[in-house]
Amino acid sequence: MIYRSYADLGGRGGYGRVVPDPDLAPFCADWEGRTHALEEAMRATGAWNIDMSRSARETLSDYAKRCYYARWLGAMERLLVERDLVREDEIAAGRMLHPARPLARLLRAEEVGAWAAKVRVSERPATSRSLFELGESVRTRSSKVAHHTRLPGYAMGKTGRIERIHGVHVFADTHAQGLGEQPQWLYSVVFDGRELWGDGSPTGLSVALDAWEPYLERLG
Amino acid sequence: MAHDHDHSETRSELGEMDLRVRALQTVLSQKGYIDPVAIDAIIDTFETKVGPRNGARVVARAWVDPAFHDWLLRDATAAIASLGYPGRHMVAVENTEARHNLVVCTLCSCYPWQVLGLPPAWYKSAPYRARAVRDPRGVLRDFGVMLPASTEIRVWDSTAEVRYLVVPRRPSGTDGMTEEELAALVTRDSMIGTGLPQFAGSLA
Repeated sequence: MIYRSYADLGGRGGYGRVVPDPDLAPFCADWEGRTHALEEAMRATGAWNIDMSRSARETLSDYAKRCYYARWLGAMERLLVERDLVREDEIAAGRMLHPARPLARLLRAEEVGAWAAKVRVSERPATSRSLFELGESVRTRSSKVAHHTRLPGYAMGKTGRIERIHGVHVFADTHAQGLGEQPQWLYSVVFDGRELWGDGSPTGLSVALDAWEPYLERLG
Repeated sequence: MAHDHDHSETRSELGEMDLRVRALQTVLSQKGYIDPVAIDAIIDTFETKVGPRNGARVVARAWVDPAFHDWLLRDATAAIASLGYPGRHMVAVENTEARHNLVVCTLCSCYPWQVLGLPPAWYKSAPYRARAVRDPRGVLRDFGVMLPASTEIRVWDSTAEVRYLVVPRRPSGTDGMTEEELAALVTRDSMIGTGLPQFAGSLA
């Protein structure tokens, strides 16, 4: 099975310079804010989770051509259709043509304040000891996997050092596939720039990323 | 009516997306999946309730209160929640003369929205996500930020649900300022690592 993410951009060349913008407005147009809010409200129903959203966005074949919120919209339409919550003909018509399916919850207007204040923690109680210790050298997985994952390509098969242990957290890889939370130990792993980019790396560069235990193996 | 068709292409494109999203909202509402009033309330939350002023208050408190500073670096989640911004698992990373921190999400757009609001367009853009981990000094140049060659750069790629907040260095010459005055110097970009606090009297 082939799983292709179009979102794994770290270290890639050819994108040009960054265009700073001091503007603090969160949305450039009404539809952007509405798209964001619809996604939040649908996720609050329990119809899907954040990792399923990320997986649906990163696998849009026209990912690179879409602006940011057009990815959100495309992914949301896909998630709705996959679950038969909405059908293609309804999206085209802009109105309900088939009966609704039951959902676990509905986010009501009066609950939005509590929704915004709710702490969405991904941490879960530890039921085992962590495999790695602070300061230990580890190597990241070097093989590709056929599903959503959060180990960037630039950090595959690289040697780093455990710098922080964040506790046990919902595992994005299984959560995205509908296989449950399967919580795993999560670490900050630090890589020297030269390990990632070779001799051409800028001096004095280090990159830290958060890696779940299944991404890592003991060195040696 | 003919006049209505004379609008620029840009405007009609924006109009098309507006129509598409409103049509989807209508379907979801008719099916009882969403409450349209809740949608407006969520938009209002992102537009008016969260933003980088929250993070600036956290940084200013850390600058004036050594106990809070130590708490923030030790347990950012609890320290930030104590100021009224409960959120995800947070880590605060402090800039020093020896090390500058920069936050990115190369895989999507992960960002500490409870303290900084929603991310700016450039944070979500391909150039930033691609270059931040490989050429951070080049990215900083795009923002007009030059650091001494001796300063190490640590980039934090937000690949899980942990969120990172940069605590910028307090500008010199601000000794007499109040916490509120200090908070006004703390820009959004300085808490991502692409900027420095704005103070006319500082040499930085």
